[in-house]
Amino acid sequence: MMQQVVTGNRLADGVVIYLGQDGGWTSKIDAARVAADADEAKLLEDIAKAAEKARMVVGPYLIEVTDTAGAVTPVRYRERLRAYGPSVHPEFGRADVPDHLRMGSEAEFVHLNGVAG
Amino acid sequence: MTKLLKDGKATTDPWTHVADGDDLPADGPVIVTLARWQAEHNSLAGRADGLGIRLESGQSPEAIKDDLARFAVVALEFPKFGDGRAYSHARMLKDRLGYEGEVRAVGDVLRDQYRAMHRCGFDALEIAGDRPADKLEADWRAALGELRHAYQPALRGPEPILRQRHRAAAA
Amino acid sequence: MYRYDEFDHAMVKDRVEQFRGQIARRMAGDLTEEQFRPLRLQNGLYLQLHAYMLRVAIPYGQLNAVQMRKLAHIARTYDKGYGHFTTRQNIQYNWPKLSQVADILDELASVEMHAIQTSGNCIRNTTADQYAGVTADEIEDPRIYAEIIRQWSTFHPEFTFLPRKFKIAVSGAVGADRAAVRFHDIGLFIVKNDAGEVGFEVWVGGGLGRTPMIGKKIRGFVAKADLLAYLEAVLRVYNMLGRRDNMYKARVKILVHETGTEEFTRLVEKEFEDTQGGALDLPAEEIDRIAAYFQPPAYEALSDDPPALTARRFEDKDFNNWVRVNVARHKAAGYAIANISLKPVGVPPGDVTADQMDAVADIAETFSLGGIRVTHEQNLVLPDVRQDQLYDLWLALREQGLADANLDHIGDIICCPGLDYCSLANARSIPIAERISQRFADLERQYDIGELRLKISGCINACGHHHVGHIGILGVDRKDQEYYQITLGGAPGEDAAIGTKVGAAFSAAEIVDAVETVVNTYLAIRQPKERFIDTFRRVGDAPFKESLYDKAA
Repeated sequence: MMQQVVTGNRLADGVVIYLGQDGGWTSKIDAARVAADADEAKLLEDIAKAAEKARMVVGPYLIEVTDTAGAVTPVRYRERLRAYGPSVHPEFGRADVPDHLRMGSEAEFVHLNGVAG
Repeated sequence: MTKLLKDGKATTDPWTHVADGDDLPADGPVIVTLARWQAEHNSLAGRADGLGIRLESGQSPEAIKDDLARFAVVALEFPKFGDGRAYSHARMLKDRLGYEGEVRAVGDVLRDQYRAMHRCGFDALEIAGDRPADKLEADWRAALGELRHAYQPALRGPEPILRQRHRAAAA
Repeated sequence: MYRYDEFDHAMVKDRVEQFRGQIARRMAGDLTEEQFRPLRLQNGLYLQLHAYMLRVAIPYGQLNAVQMRKLAHIARTYDKGYGHFTTRQNIQYNWPKLSQVADILDELASVEMHAIQTSGNCIRNTTADQYAGVTADEIEDPRIYAEIIRQWSTFHPEFTFLPRKFKIAVSGAVGADRAAVRFHDIGLFIVKNDAGEVGFEVWVGGGLGRTPMIGKKIRGFVAKADLLAYLEAVLRVYNMLGRRDNMYKARVKILVHETGTEEFTRLVEKEFEDTQGGALDLPAEEIDRIAAYFQPPAYEALSDDPPALTARRFEDKDFNNWVRVNVARHKAAGYAIANISLKPVGVPPGDVTADQMDAVADIAETFSLGGIRVTHEQNLVLPDVRQDQLYDLWLALREQGLADANLDHIGDIICCPGLDYCSLANARSIPIAERISQRFADLERQYDIGELRLKISGCINACGHHHVGHIGILGVDRKDQEYYQITLGGAPGEDAAIGTKVGAAFSAAEIVDAVETVVNTYLAIRQPKERFIDTFRRVGDAPFKESLYDKAA
């Protein structure tokens, strides 16, 4: 069973957010509440649905992540782009992303493709 | 509960929709499906009270063009609000086929569509939910008033801008 | 250019307030996201990967300096300081907040602009030849009719919930199609009939996306007075019969294909018979009223190729290249049409900073009578430049990083936003465009290669027009890896063609090499004066397949 977190976009400004450890919503994936099993994932989904009704978040859904010592990383590259991107205009990317995850960096390209571009 | 918003007034609907499998009530005005009309043509035509017909969004009014005089109501379905076929069907009924009875919208009808429906010739809208009558009427007035003008000719609504422009120029 | 009268102003103003109300109802919980979504889309507002995205219409691609400054102001005030020109004569902002969108629309309305029907299943922004009104090879100015269509289609009550989106393009040029007219739901060519009357040739059912198709000609001539009645007939047939069971088969191209062109035409003609000569009749005085806005400015009496220009071209090779590649013939002697490439090396195609927008506005006022055009190739055009001022113009553009002389060359890439922004995309496209432009950064090499249209889409929806690229690149997702398919032989214009897939897809690490292999194969086998597309048409895809795949085997 993969570990999962809930993500969506904030209604008021569209920003990518995650359901956090304290039940609130955060734009930092490292602060997301990680569900370890299906039961917990269902719980997170229910909370997210309530938040959708309360007009906090739009279209919340579960994504797969790996959680290594508090560094929560999405498995799929689409979700890595949402978490760390975009890979263009790096000035708008997130400052606190490790270089091999910074989308569009040479390191990320090598990380993804195994070769230099 | 469903309410009828007719010509901008929320009223109780005297009409009963009769599903295909259900028995027809002995009296009172009824709205039947196209399938029922085609199958029970003769007995339905003999009813004393009013008769209406309900068309699915994929059923063109062309199918009933010879029978239109028999129907006091033609109900056009919106299975979901994004299915816009009935807008063209309403115009066809009123514009081309010369239908003079009530055209009503049934199904997924949103406030943000009232104006376009009105302009395309709908006379009445069946509104689901529990919104009170005065609120529905206020919605109707607001929806119709949101845009003062219209560029293109339609069945109802403001005089097209094109005409206003050249009327002003001619005056 | 067209200027709003009291009615046009009232329309956009009312629309802003209506949308403000819809946003408030969404925030208050009176509208669900499902209900709000089509409403916001009809006003160009998407919810994308990272944020909302607002698409603003630039009708038939025309802007003035005041409007461009407003676009810059919006980029600076409500967004992150830049905007993105799209392939349909729109500009997109990638980071607006929902709570500020109505204010942005208010700002736009103050300069006669809007975001009306830039998305949704309705009639979209009507596009036109970017050289409209200034090119010599034109029967009549297509902007007149694009504006008439804009007005007719705005809030059309019958056609706001069509089976799918609907795009119309108009061109008035003879022999040249700069607007990809045959790839629109309706494409209109302005033509003259045997009696010498001007009207429209009508093409229906073109489009890209998952099932690319070239439009079919359904009528050789529609009189001006009948234009709207005929369009309405096409739209009505489509609205009633277009497929609604499968969104991938809902475009009019599928209806035309499945019904057959002949039968579709018959249905339209029958509908047209009923509407012709009625309320939709387009009065001559309305055509005249709108045409008056597009009268040419008072050009000065000048001659072509003034000595000042010739001398500068002789002295400055870079300038000469820019003139040769980016400048087109103008209908008035002594004037020129100058293209501004928005494809500098390593920059996302079509992106412009707010400062650059302001600079272009100033430059347009100084050098081009204040006029600016936006092209479907994601570039800008200054339509009315004196030839003896081209050098000063070039210097001013160069200062802004806007003097790249790569128009219609391999560096002039059309590229959709891809997975960096778009929630539909399967793969990134901008980083691929950036890498290709870096690989071919040497302009001399680009000139040696010659005309080559390279177009990149990040998914099958084909916003990057890859089907009509001489070289097309399509991003796909393969087991959660970005891969890229190559198509060859497409063309958007008068020689319209749809490219064919050449073989298995390449990884992100391989795709730039693969493009270079295609280019080198062409260079090796081309005959004198043969463009890439000509060579491809002569030899087919076999040599390209061989060099791309056999080597590896």
